[in-house]
Amino acid sequence: MTTTAPPPTTPEPHRVARTVSRPGDRIFAGMARGSGILLLIVMAAIALFLTVRAVSAISKDHGNFLTTFEWTPSLNPPVFGIAVLAYGTVVSSVIAMAIAVPIAIGIALFITHYAPRRLGGPIAYVIDLLAAVPSIVYGLWGALFLVPHLRGVNLWLDDYFGWTYIFHKQDPNSAARSLFTVGILLAIMILPIITNVSREVINQVPKMHEEAALALGATRWEVIRLSVLPFARSGIISASMLGLGRALGETMAVATVLSASPVLSARILDPVGGTFSQNIVAKFGEADDFGRDALIASGLVLFLITLLVNGAARMIIQRRKEYSGANA
Amino acid sequence: MDAKQASGRPASPRLASRHLPRWSPPAIAAGAIVAAVAIGAGAGLSSHIQWGLIALALFVAGSYAITARVEGRRQARNRVATSLVWSSFILAVIPLYSLVETTISKGAGIVDGTFLSHSMNNVLTIQPGGGVYHAIIGTLEQVGIATVIAAPLGMLTAIYLVEYGKGRLAKWVTFFVDVMTGIPSIVAGLFILSVWFVAFNKAPASGFAGSLALALLMMPVVVRSTEEMLKLVPNELREASLALGVPKWRTTVKVVLPTAVGGITTGIMLAIARIAGESAPIALLVFGSAAINTNPFKDPQSSLPYYIFEQYNNGNQPSYDRAWGAALVLIAFVMILNLIARLISRWKAPKAGR
Amino acid sequence: MKLQRKSGLRALTVGAVAITGALVLSACGSDDNSGSTPSNSASSSNSASSGTGSNAAGISCATGKLLSSGSTAQQNAIESWVKDYQQACSGATINYKPSSSGEGIIDFNNGTDAFAGSDSPLKPEEVAKSKSVCTGGTGINIPMVGGPIAVGYNLPGVNNLVLNASTLAKIFNGKISTWNDQAIKALNPGVNLPSTKIQSVHRQDDSGTTDNLTKYFKGAAPADWPYEHAKAWAAKGGQAAAKSAGVAALVKQTEGSIGYFELSYATASQIPTVKINTGAAAPVEATTANASAGIAQAKVKGTAPDLALDLSAAYTTKADNAYPIVLVTYEIACDKGNKADTLALTKSFLNYIASDAGQAKLTDAGYAPLPTAIATQVRTTISALS
Repeated sequence: MTTTAPPPTTPEPHRVARTVSRPGDRIFAGMARGSGILLLIVMAAIALFLTVRAVSAISKDHGNFLTTFEWTPSLNPPVFGIAVLAYGTVVSSVIAMAIAVPIAIGIALFITHYAPRRLGGPIAYVIDLLAAVPSIVYGLWGALFLVPHLRGVNLWLDDYFGWTYIFHKQDPNSAARSLFTVGILLAIMILPIITNVSREVINQVPKMHEEAALALGATRWEVIRLSVLPFARSGIISASMLGLGRALGETMAVATVLSASPVLSARILDPVGGTFSQNIVAKFGEADDFGRDALIASGLVLFLITLLVNGAARMIIQRRKEYSGANA
Repeated sequence: MDAKQASGRPASPRLASRHLPRWSPPAIAAGAIVAAVAIGAGAGLSSHIQWGLIALALFVAGSYAITARVEGRRQARNRVATSLVWSSFILAVIPLYSLVETTISKGAGIVDGTFLSHSMNNVLTIQPGGGVYHAIIGTLEQVGIATVIAAPLGMLTAIYLVEYGKGRLAKWVTFFVDVMTGIPSIVAGLFILSVWFVAFNKAPASGFAGSLALALLMMPVVVRSTEEMLKLVPNELREASLALGVPKWRTTVKVVLPTAVGGITTGIMLAIARIAGESAPIALLVFGSAAINTNPFKDPQSSLPYYIFEQYNNGNQPSYDRAWGAALVLIAFVMILNLIARLISRWKAPKAGR
Repeated sequence: MKLQRKSGLRALTVGAVAITGALVLSACGSDDNSGSTPSNSASSSNSASSGTGSNAAGISCATGKLLSSGSTAQQNAIESWVKDYQQACSGATINYKPSSSGEGIIDFNNGTDAFAGSDSPLKPEEVAKSKSVCTGGTGINIPMVGGPIAVGYNLPGVNNLVLNASTLAKIFNGKISTWNDQAIKALNPGVNLPSTKIQSVHRQDDSGTTDNLTKYFKGAAPADWPYEHAKAWAAKGGQAAAKSAGVAALVKQTEGSIGYFELSYATASQIPTVKINTGAAAPVEATTANASAGIAQAKVKGTAPDLALDLSAAYTTKADNAYPIVLVTYEIACDKGNKADTLALTKSFLNYIASDAGQAKLTDAGYAPLPTAIATQVRTTISALS
């Protein structure tokens, strides 16, 4: 008897709202729907604009858009390609992720499981605040502080790991304005973001799981390995993806730190290379209409890459069951 | 504590397993540091970073070896994990501390009443002097306009998604909100620039153009955070209101929104803090100005992030000083917004969420 | 009841933000920087006299706002002119955005700028484009600011480095890669040169400074510079940095480096500059006076009203104390069909900076004034702008 009672109560309010259709309701619903549609239109417009102008630029490119190193759309005939930019973007982001993700997980665990409780709260709070430091400030700090201070680290890497070729510095004297430095700076920038999200995910791990593990005599590390990390894995992955999205699109911090040149080098300590957004902000001013279209084409590629990364993150999050009070 | 837990294991051959005294980690650390200094000085390694790294490696290896001998492999692994977590924390703290410390120490010297209340008008960039007033005005106005555009649209979209959204349209909107979240700021700037060219046949050079790009960046963030907050509002509240015969729109406005207002405001404030630091689209769109321009719709403006970029590009000491000063002002501005947002969220957190 | 109070909160916060904004807006912000710092007052006392009697300074004022952008090479010159002009003429706002020559021309041809600053004269296709913004006319080059391109280096222990066109070209082209190369040694007898690798630093953005430097290479050492002169850096190797400031900063930071920028950047960052062995009696130092002597060789090659200069005689000059690596930055405006609302201000400002009083300011800022013959033509051209 009690089981049959609830079903009619839930649809009833909706039915009331639908049958007595008041003008206020229609206007409000229309506004809400309208803004949703507006958002769709804006997105479609962005996609359309970028695509149309990008296609027109690429069709006039006398180099191969994907494999050309140079970015010289002002030449006659125009030659430009994204090979160096794509490489630089990927390499700097990979370096950033390789550094930031383990450390971010470490900090998240530190705050949730290791730090004295009185310390954990304030630390989490400070890291939250650091997530809001504008990228231009990171850029300023990177160019005026980090670059001079990383020289020693670069030389050290060259001394001990130069044999790997990756860490070989062709010219020991050159400034540390390399993709490696960019990667480190990006790592510092995305560290707070990844930490924040990971920490929240780890906080959601049911206490029962951890207590059960403890009760079985697990050490703290075993608790983390057996009950915390498996539960939080997808959340941490999506946090990392968010960080990656940020790193891929970062503009100013890269523009101030990198010595850009159209050279593709596997030696990440050499001051060469470029990234999509750095190239846009550096070349934009001098670009004529056609040059702008060419830059837009590269922007579109960046957009697509970011889209893929964010989409992947979103899918991972979606796989976890989302709690919703409203439309469950 | 772990040792106590471990001692409770019924499988353990002894009731109390051996464990290291409490003072052992600091002792091992001290030993590692002494050894590292000895090795470093002995081998003539000049870089103190290397000394630190050697000390760290020695500490991890030493504590593993000693613990493994005394307490067993599992405890040893636990110790290593602990030291790795601690060291990752310390590793992260160093650059973040350095960033804040550098900005404050270099910026504090220049930020004063004059700096905050004067523009760069008639100041030679190779000389000290001038200030950020025009940039503060620019940032406030551009961010303000962006908020006025993006906040209502974003909130309405979120309301649509949570309260009305069913079917294909809602799916598309959700998808594109995700897509928008990922737009690199420079691409948003490029988009507004292209539209501006098509619409007015000239390059944009006003604060308003910048705020349009900022609004584009802000909108998806607002939608996301508002959506999350609305989802936290329990259905019982909606149903109770509807059952009383209140129309759905009044239920949304008078019951759902007020319940979630704390979270929504926090989300908007965080979004504002986020766009206030954007420099890439501004660099493409607002041209920059040394003088005060309070009209965001006509003539170029400056903005704090752009000002920093501009001063950095001037490349001389007085300009670097001004850049640090402006960076300090910008960080303070963003942090204050963050603090306000957090206070509001603590004060108005939806209590019936569970 | 509780809910109602909360619903007001959103409006309240929005209001609070608006009020804070309004409060700051109405606070006492000021564009007046004349007395804000002691270091400014020294130079502004100079202009205060011109402010009190604008006629005495030869400034006939116009009012309004204008946008301009372009070369960073003339940034310091324009800034001090703008300062004097604005202090003399209330109601005039001149916004010069120091971006780059390339960007200035783009902005000009987009109709954003009233005039642009460029280190290189307009190219034919740029002239063609300018016809769309200059109704009935075209963009013309008006030479305004001359100056040396200093070649700065960072070699601890060496502070009197002499090079010539050929070695410079080889260094920047990567053909000479160490500081103790025979060619450098031959030019610097008795100097203890280290075996450090040479780090050549060049501009990563399109730059008129690069264009002028490579013109010099092409003019004075064609055999050693296999590329055409261009705003974009063509040679391989070396390190890139953004803007002259970036190049100067990188040279300052990096041992064994060499880079090129306007003299003012070298002075500001205390970077030693290369003396050029031109074949004259003694190697020539990069100074404004020596650059003036170099620029004095320039000839007008444009057809009036266009005043594009031919500097090739300067590149190969062997005259004593004539510095060969010079650039002249142009102001680019329409000969006819300037925008009506900014024409008066543009003419008035350009008139002032081309006047004797305006040109006299240049030496203080590290630039070289125009030769008198060219300056006269410039003034005629400016007064004919319409």
